[in-house]
Amino acid sequence: MSDEREDSVKKALGKEAAYGPSIDIDNFDEGESEPEQIEKLADAPEDLKKKMENVGVTVDESHREGTILFIDNGMSHCSSTRAQEGLFIMNTKTALEKYDWARRLNWNLMDPTKDKYTAKTFLENSDGYFIYVKPGVHLKFPVQTCMMLSKHKGIQNLHNIIFVDHDASMDIITGCTTVHGANDALHVGVSEIYIADNASLSFSMIHSWNDNTAVRPRTNARLGKNARYVNNYVVLDPVGTVQSYPTAFLEGEGASCSFNTMCIAHENSNIDTGGCAFLNAPRSGAEILSRNITYGGSMVARGRLVGNAPGIKAHLECRSIVQKDGGVTEAIPELEAHLADVEMTHEAAVGKIAQDQIEYLMSRGLSEDDAVSMIIRGFLVGGIKGLPDSLRDEINRAIDKANAGN
Amino acid sequence: MGSVMSLLEIKDLHVQAGDREILKGVTFSMEEGETCVLFGPNGSGKSTLLASIMGYGQTKITSGHIFFKGQDITQMTVDQRARLGIGMMMQRPPNVTGVRLGDLVKVTAANGHGCTGHEAEFKMENFMDRDINVGFSGGEIKRSELLQLSVQAPDFVMLDEPESGVDLENIGLIGRKVHELIYGSTTCGRPVQRVSALVITHTGQILDYIGADRAYIMIDGTIRCSGRPGELLKDIKENGYGDCKSCRTNVKIL
Repeated sequence: MSDEREDSVKKALGKEAAYGPSIDIDNFDEGESEPEQIEKLADAPEDLKKKMENVGVTVDESHREGTILFIDNGMSHCSSTRAQEGLFIMNTKTALEKYDWARRLNWNLMDPTKDKYTAKTFLENSDGYFIYVKPGVHLKFPVQTCMMLSKHKGIQNLHNIIFVDHDASMDIITGCTTVHGANDALHVGVSEIYIADNASLSFSMIHSWNDNTAVRPRTNARLGKNARYVNNYVVLDPVGTVQSYPTAFLEGEGASCSFNTMCIAHENSNIDTGGCAFLNAPRSGAEILSRNITYGGSMVARGRLVGNAPGIKAHLECRSIVQKDGGVTEAIPELEAHLADVEMTHEAAVGKIAQDQIEYLMSRGLSEDDAVSMIIRGFLVGGIKGLPDSLRDEINRAIDKANAGN
Repeated sequence: MGSVMSLLEIKDLHVQAGDREILKGVTFSMEEGETCVLFGPNGSGKSTLLASIMGYGQTKITSGHIFFKGQDITQMTVDQRARLGIGMMMQRPPNVTGVRLGDLVKVTAANGHGCTGHEAEFKMENFMDRDINVGFSGGEIKRSELLQLSVQAPDFVMLDEPESGVDLENIGLIGRKVHELIYGSTTCGRPVQRVSALVITHTGQILDYIGADRAYIMIDGTIRCSGRPGELLKDIKENGYGDCKSCRTNVKIL
């Protein structure tokens, strides 16, 4: 690394993020980079297993192509049943040591000087997960990754790289959570995602943190010709602050992406999320949907579509239900077209659940709570296609819990 | 209550919607197994009466009482009323985005007494995975409502213009299903028992499919008169509601 680059990244340690409340990084200590190794997920401590299952990471790996588990800053478990058949799954540091081509993906899509969180991750030379699928390989089951934050006042810095080579496809379920009572802690995850021509990636992220945890994911994805990227982001449990703004660069003709965000902002939670797509290639398409519910917390739903090529089609939809006073709910949709031949639309709505819908269901014998749950569940997942069943189950569980407590 | 009560008894009911008084003292009763028809011009308060009986929140009862099966239900919630056996087919039920019709039918069945698995009879088998009412045509909405009511199987059913917005091809099916709802269906494997119904109709078309015992005419928030359904309908068709001639001539004035 040139000294010049390192200097500029060091300077960026003082650079605030564009959105979300500022977190003082100096309040946290770097997390452990050599955690206890777990050979088999089934042998993991019970409390860890429970937490994994909570965020869609299954201990029974029979329906998973591979699993990688990070506890704080070190890898604790990595396994795959498809290693011989075109799925590479390992920690980022190993991949960078082993493969020349992997080094070309390293900090290629994310500018480390973006803000202090990326700068910190860069300067700590952070490890993370590395997942590669060879050309033409279609993985039947999802790959799962689990990121655990175990240290009180600790910071988890991760640098992940995903590369789906041409004509391949993969689903990833990534669950992030806290263990051992870690609460006032910071999670930073930088992810660089490469999706080659005719490849597809479905990336579902389920977060379940503690009520004082700070979360700053940084995700950029680049799509080739006819590539497809689905990004599902789900935060249903109380959290301190989440600010996330994953961005897709559609560089190949006919590429398409969709961002689906489902959040519940509980009292004292501050969530600022959404997605951004740069439609840089002809006939590319993007859809950004967010469905959020606030129970007295603060919720900002962002979406930005930038049309830079002819024949593009893009839609943005931010809808929020406010179930309880006390917080602020914002929907901020942005459309930006740089030429005439584009079709870009948006819808935004904020408000309470319509009383007539609740009563309609009640007139069939449902209690008010059951009617509200059913409507909220439908609201969160309705209109979002291709959600894994496990994710649906998680959403149902969280909604029942949120309604019971409010 | 010393005396034997009717299935449904409404006593001097005053109801507001928004700031406006819509029902201005409605009193009437219905017996078990009886089917009544409610006529009246647009805006006279017919739908408001049904909404008040169901307990919908856009109606506010300012005075008066509603008794059902001998219980005062005036302050009960919508679901309590539903569980007591009241069911309703709204004229324009709301869209419920994200909630599948099949899921609502399932939970309705869990609370209801009807039988399930008869979607095809309602020509709704391809709608079970669709969001409730979203993008449904007029006839599809009615068929969906009737399917829901068939699994709910209420003892007293209110139908708000069951034939409105229905094309000629659908009217037969809807008429037959309304008939089954009231008179019972032999395909359901439970005892066939006639239930009570209160039906709003403008055209009277639905009366080709069900027998009605009595009709009421509501004008400006009160029930003006009752009579035989066929006679009142004929009179309305000939003379309109204008001077409510029938109320003054050949029928009992309330």
